Amino acid sequence: MRAITKRFPGVLANDSVDFEAAVGEVHALLGENGAGKSTLSNILTGLYRPDEGEIWLYGEQARFHSPSDAIDAGIGMVHQHFRLVPPFTVAENVLLGEHRPEARRFMVRPRQIERHVAELGERYGIAVEPRARIWQLSVGEQQRVEILKALYREARILILDEPTAVLTPQESEALFVTLRAMAAEGRTVIFISHKLNEVKAVADRVTVLRGGRSIATVDANATSRELAGLMVGREVELAIRKQRAVPHRPDVALEVQGLSVRGDRGGDAVKDVSLGVRNGEIVGVAGVAGNGQRELAEAITGMRPPVGGTILVGGHRLRTGDPRAAIAAGVAHVPEDRLGTGVAPTRSIAENTVLKSYRGSGVSSGPLLRWRAIREQAVELVRRYAVSTPGTHLRARDLSGGNLQKLVLGREFSGKPKVLIAASPTRGLDVGAIETVHGYLRQAASEGVAVLLLSEDLDEILALADRIVVIYEGRLTGDFDPGTATVEEIGLAMAGGER
Amino acid sequence: MPMISIERRLAQPRWLSVAVPIASVGVSFLVMAAVLAATGHNPLETYRRLFDAAFIGSAAWTDTLISATPLLFTGLAAAVAFRMQLWNIGAEGQLYLGAIGGAGAAIWLGPHHATVFTILAMCVCGAAAGSLWALIPGVLKAFGRTNEIITSLMLNYVAGQLLTYLIFDSASPWRDISTVQTRSFPQAIPLQASQFWPTLSPSNIVIPFGFLLAIGIAAVLAFLFRATRFGFEMNVIGDSQRAARYAGMRTRRKILAVMAISGAVAGLGGASQVGDFAHELDASPQGLQGANYGYTGIVVAALGRYNPFAVCLVGVLLGGLQNAGLFLQGVDFPSGLVGVMQGIILFCALGGELLIRYRVRIRRQARSTAEDVPAADAKPTP
Repeated sequence: MRAITKRFPGVLANDSVDFEAAVGEVHALLGENGAGKSTLSNILTGLYRPDEGEIWLYGEQARFHSPSDAIDAGIGMVHQHFRLVPPFTVAENVLLGEHRPEARRFMVRPRQIERHVAELGERYGIAVEPRARIWQLSVGEQQRVEILKALYREARILILDEPTAVLTPQESEALFVTLRAMAAEGRTVIFISHKLNEVKAVADRVTVLRGGRSIATVDANATSRELAGLMVGREVELAIRKQRAVPHRPDVALEVQGLSVRGDRGGDAVKDVSLGVRNGEIVGVAGVAGNGQRELAEAITGMRPPVGGTILVGGHRLRTGDPRAAIAAGVAHVPEDRLGTGVAPTRSIAENTVLKSYRGSGVSSGPLLRWRAIREQAVELVRRYAVSTPGTHLRARDLSGGNLQKLVLGREFSGKPKVLIAASPTRGLDVGAIETVHGYLRQAASEGVAVLLLSEDLDEILALADRIVVIYEGRLTGDFDPGTATVEEIGLAMAGGER
Repeated sequence: MPMISIERRLAQPRWLSVAVPIASVGVSFLVMAAVLAATGHNPLETYRRLFDAAFIGSAAWTDTLISATPLLFTGLAAAVAFRMQLWNIGAEGQLYLGAIGGAGAAIWLGPHHATVFTILAMCVCGAAAGSLWALIPGVLKAFGRTNEIITSLMLNYVAGQLLTYLIFDSASPWRDISTVQTRSFPQAIPLQASQFWPTLSPSNIVIPFGFLLAIGIAAVLAFLFRATRFGFEMNVIGDSQRAARYAGMRTRRKILAVMAISGAVAGLGGASQVGDFAHELDASPQGLQGANYGYTGIVVAALGRYNPFAVCLVGVLLGGLQNAGLFLQGVDFPSGLVGVMQGIILFCALGGELLIRYRVRIRRQARSTAEDVPAADAKPTP
């Protein structure tokens, strides 16, 4: 890709980016969020058209008018959020979107496709039962289906967008082996990530993007410190555990007893969970995505009524299944899904600032809203939490991920919470924003807030938590002291292994 | 081989949202010109007559406002609900119920009250009847999680049957059974002159009271959306139900309240039909049930993008179109052609919305990129 430039209203997402990947290599695209990785891959997969610049494939210039052109040219993409149809079988999902003329028959031949899918799975060590339905599969298996889809379409260039975000350390290892095997066959694998250790583990070369520009292409043997420096443009401290000055107070702020919560698919997603968080303590809940973290967080914050168990906040029993009761009791919530749950996406930043407090006397009098006060509060929040935005009248969805999370955190802290439930608070954020968010979480704890941190990122939990519990299939399966536990031990518990 | 493909627009320039509606109306007139020419009418002449009949002169405006009034009510009713992503398709039935309620109040009170009091009673009863009718799908949605599109739509047919029943199939209080003639030829009890809703005529245009009422309601709704906590909650719920729940909003109550308001506005439209124009509960097939005000209101709301004032503007324009259609049709101009014309204009206006979000691209050679790329070393055999 040569001199790719892509502008969005008010943003230069890609500024004459050069990118080159060779046949048979795993090439990592490293950069903070907002660095232009997603835009670049969207251009390569035909979703966006570049304003300037050229794409050359195997020595010939290519022009993509739509994603199907890119697929025809042999480019496959594994998105961070899977594009699968849950009630369909693996084979059906693989067939879906197949639009090559020779496959465009009125009749489908399920047996033939199933056999082919099974063969591909065998060959690359990513076997999945072709007749299983997607909803029956684990997240890791679903990712395999996405890769199989690309292989079935004979993709010669495979792009993976943050593929390890949903995997255990062991599953990630297995994925890396598959990717290496594919590269060894002469395919090109483009691996998008902002995790340095993964990039070093799997890639041959690394192209670093920063602020929409391609900064450098270096060998993956470069040190983590060098890569991080290129990525953020300054020296960073890498996930070093910081001790907080204030020792935690002994009283328990949040106590969960025998909590069971039903999942979306029926069956209990959280099974008889008991745990306590003291004032000023950060308890990390580690686990692979989809093991009940979301349901646990939603039950505590009232978003989802539990089927059994009690929740105590500051010693008082919380009315379950009622978010308003949780808010009133001082439970703040940084939800996993920032854009759809944490904010109302098409409403303004100002409106989202008072999303929870609009009922209070400060911003409303009787049934009327006091817009002036609301705007003042929003301006103050934007200033205090360094949310970078041209104005508070902009829609929340126009903010980048990091700024959006600052907005959510700022709003949640301004409610003076006793308990903070933070679900994957840094997912998809860049290094700089992660540092900021971690800083806010530490600060909250040192001010006496009891923090329950649910995260799939083990490094994050190790860096922040005073205590680590592991959740596997809805049960707490381990209780670790981050000072003494090893990553292997915790990883094993996350995968459901015996200790 | 040239190929046409539709691609999603990545950015939506602001000028498009002005240019596209204007252009789509222009296109609709071009298409219609072909139809008119094919059927032996002079397009330019027809358009001139159309425009004259709708918007030139006080008589034209008077008729346009009469046609527009019910559309304003049903358009606003739909806009209120749609704004919260609550798909109340039942303005049609709620309008019937409003007419039943309004006429009932007038008949029950009799002619010997002050006009102001009668109007007030008709409005209250009409709004209440429409509101209660809308609450049926509202309650089902809030407590039973049913799909309000289906329940509200189906209730339209029930309301239609109820209307017919009250006049044609029963000795209800709405039916005139005072004479032998009305007993064999069913007829509704007419309102007395003292119960007619007044009109306002600055210069020579006659403005029905119902029209002013609708404008007033639009102002109230705009205020509700913009300045109140209730409107804030509606906006958030309409944007993201999950975010609303997260913020501790009582979504269920809001569904009930918004359905009630939506039904009340449609019900007022029904009362206005009785008080302003029909002066009786008109159950005939040419009356309320033939007009499809409720369904046209959905189009009005959509074209007005749920903004109360824009809804009023669109309502007046569509009212003018309907009025002009009535004027045009005659011996040399069949009513079917009027319907075709109105249909084409609406079709183009709504179809134009697509162009704001998508763009059409014509490609000279398709798939130039696919075949001429060397294959990967290991190509799995299909």
